[in-house]
Amino acid sequence: MLENKEHKVIGTRPIRHDGVDKVTGRALYGADFQAAGLLHGRVLRSPHAHARIISIDTSRAEALPGVKGIVTAKDIPDAGDKIADLGEGAVNLKYLCDNILASDKVLYKGHAVAAVAATNPHIAEEACTLIDVEYEVLPPVLEVRQAMEPDAPLLHEHIRTTSLGETAEEPSNVASHIQHKLGDPEKGFAAADIVVEREFITGTVHQGYIEPHNATAHYNADGQLTIWCSTQGAFTVREQVAEILQYPISKIKVVPMEIGGGFGGKISVYIKPVAALLAKKTGKPVKVLMNRSDVFEGTGPTPASFIRVKMGATKEGKITAAEAYLAFEAGAYPGSPVGPGAMCIFAPYNIEHVIIDGYDVVVNKPKTAPYRAPGAPNAAFGSETVVDEIAEKLGIDPLEIRLLNAAKEGDRRADGPVHPRIGCIETVEAAKAHPHYTAPNGKKHHGRGVASGYWFNIGLESSVTINVNSDGTINLIEGSTDIGGTRASIAMQAAEVLGISAESVNPSVVDTNSVGYTAVTGGSRTTYATGYAAYEAAQDVKRQMIARAAILWEVDEANVQFADGEFSSINGKEEQISFRDLCGRLGETGGPIVGSGTVNPGGAGGAYATHVVDVAVDEETGKVDILRYTAVQDAGKAIHPSYVEGQIQGGAVQGIGWALNEEYIYNDEGTMTNASFLDYRMPTCLDLPMIDAVIVEVPNPGHPYGVRGVGEVPIVPPMAAIANAIYDAIGIRMTELPMSPDRLLKAMGKI
Amino acid sequence: MARRSHVQTTINGETVEFLCEPRQSLLEVLRDELHLTGAKEGCNNGNCGACSVILDGRLVNSCLVLGVETEGKSVETIEGLAAPDKLHPIQDAFLENAALQCGICTPGFIMSAKALLEQNPNPTEHEVRYWLAGNLCRCTGYDKIVRAVLDAAAAE
Repeated sequence: MLENKEHKVIGTRPIRHDGVDKVTGRALYGADFQAAGLLHGRVLRSPHAHARIISIDTSRAEALPGVKGIVTAKDIPDAGDKIADLGEGAVNLKYLCDNILASDKVLYKGHAVAAVAATNPHIAEEACTLIDVEYEVLPPVLEVRQAMEPDAPLLHEHIRTTSLGETAEEPSNVASHIQHKLGDPEKGFAAADIVVEREFITGTVHQGYIEPHNATAHYNADGQLTIWCSTQGAFTVREQVAEILQYPISKIKVVPMEIGGGFGGKISVYIKPVAALLAKKTGKPVKVLMNRSDVFEGTGPTPASFIRVKMGATKEGKITAAEAYLAFEAGAYPGSPVGPGAMCIFAPYNIEHVIIDGYDVVVNKPKTAPYRAPGAPNAAFGSETVVDEIAEKLGIDPLEIRLLNAAKEGDRRADGPVHPRIGCIETVEAAKAHPHYTAPNGKKHHGRGVASGYWFNIGLESSVTINVNSDGTINLIEGSTDIGGTRASIAMQAAEVLGISAESVNPSVVDTNSVGYTAVTGGSRTTYATGYAAYEAAQDVKRQMIARAAILWEVDEANVQFADGEFSSINGKEEQISFRDLCGRLGETGGPIVGSGTVNPGGAGGAYATHVVDVAVDEETGKVDILRYTAVQDAGKAIHPSYVEGQIQGGAVQGIGWALNEEYIYNDEGTMTNASFLDYRMPTCLDLPMIDAVIVEVPNPGHPYGVRGVGEVPIVPPMAAIANAIYDAIGIRMTELPMSPDRLLKAMGKI
Repeated sequence: MARRSHVQTTINGETVEFLCEPRQSLLEVLRDELHLTGAKEGCNNGNCGACSVILDGRLVNSCLVLGVETEGKSVETIEGLAAPDKLHPIQDAFLENAALQCGICTPGFIMSAKALLEQNPNPTEHEVRYWLAGNLCRCTGYDKIVRAVLDAAAAE
């Protein structure tokens, strides 16, 4: 499948196609959408973390001049017991609906209760304060281990733990228990000369995209519903809205506007169905925007977790057994990423005996949503810290112990799959060979740490259409939201096939009525799968163009070849025509050419990363500074290296924030006390050095150009790498995230 | 509804008149009344810098300025930066350096960088990082943004 050819376009760094629009302020994001007669919607949210809704009285709000419509859960069709299939796995429809607008109970502070449409946003906001909701306040449970206690307050009376095929009889906050087992862990630990076991705690963190959620909806008189919004996947919005409103997908058109970041957090819908309900009620287009505290309190963060990792090794450094216990907070409804965490935790290693237990636990926090390699960073914080400790105790270099145990093609992951060709070893070797790793670093309270990480990546469905223009350019129609330069990386793959420049491709991201089904921009799949569809669509164009050249020259198609942007005849006539010139002769050879490509590829190919970090710990304040950061990653093949580097750098920095500062801080009532950017405090550029992104290319056999997804794995290693660097600096193992100044001071015995 | 005030101001060199409620911020006026949507709302409380504009030569968060305060003043927004046929050197540098991913923070960063380079045409890396610390980007890790601003300074 892999094309082993020199590339002309792939691997170059053209200006992205949407670049000028985005540096001039012309690009239109969801909140920029305008329409005549537009109403503005606001959502009323619960002030309690856990309460029963006794009554909702909207009469005072309705009387406010300018208010045009109010909706509550009563306006959502009864979901019954239906399980909705949303392409990415089945979801209990009642959970989905209740998270949009709470029906009987509110399960977290910020849970949506009602929504108002008014002639301007200020009136809508004012009206929200006039809605009278009577609550019976219940005690909240805010931490995963407390929620697992038998006497913990119950969020859902009906949840019974499903564990390895069995369902418990008593209600519980533990929705499910999964287990993966390989070999005989007891035997493996018995063979170990050294066993290290540690417990870890990670905080709740948010994706932190700068653009709040937005949605504008309008119903036409014929029942056609249109939603303009920023989303990672227009088709998944269509599916979710169709399920929640019990409305046919054929009557819903979702128009993806530009999106201001997502990182997994803009897949689930929140206000999109609410905007649709308000539009239906008022007969007008309604725009609903979240503010920043709505985003923190009302949309999916990634879970806090409690993790226990035990690993054993021989004195030569061979890891003989590994055990993990992962308890993840799902938030208000089941569905934490404990599954992916369990898949990834020991994946950088080939270990014969493994046991992994995972628990999905509901707590009174917002329902968690995917965030960049969901689950894997939590898990790797535990496993990569323990590997570091084993290496240290055995006196083995931490990268050397990774090489000694590294996963490679043919090894089995604990959850079953056998690794295809992967670049785990190559990333560790590149980190070891990097000048950073051998640079002097001996100052007092300075330390260096390393960690590796894995993410499996996904394929899923993508569709691309190519329309050929008479001047030798092509219009490429795709359904993948462009969050970080994928118009370019997809266009470049089509350009490579057709022997044209990246600039000769005009990519457009279009609405759900205008392109074939395309799954979300997520799972590190877009350049891989939609790029693959673009490759197939370009091959389709190429085949049709060969047929046109054959008509032109009155030869058999088999006698036309295409290379380096030129069609030529073989066997006989000496004819030649460029791609561009042939594009100008489509009319006379049969009419326009449209190529199409659809894929659902299974060979996504896992991604590995190894990071090296130097830190300085301030002994007086407990503050940790990042002095130098090198992030090595296997990209398979970097289509546009600048944007691959960008993914690596951005992921590493989100990891730095997660490691050192970011967390939801709750009071006892379950209110997040730092629901603003200032108080949540993501990294600013003043907190950071340059991030040296090193691309390793171990081609993925599951893609014609060898592409592997690159978006997610860079957030997996940073937390452990920084913890290991802190240990190197001050000799203390930090096991709780974030490793904020107060925790450092406590660990150092200063407070 | 509060009575709307008449305001006359200069935006990107053009005289502009608008009506706004006293409670409307400059950001709301730019976006909702004048349809200049290049300034973005990320937080509405001065934390993120996505709404950065230049008011009488000074960098401000337009979400923290009231629309009525711009009476008789001069506002520069991202929409006024490029010439009809030529981008501003900072804009070019952002494209050349791939200094944007989703792009929502980009107008704010570019306005912030413009204000910096007007005050300090040859900033060090640390000075760039210090000045841009009021602008949040969640995609890039800032590396390419800082390089773009340093490149733009060298090009000007």
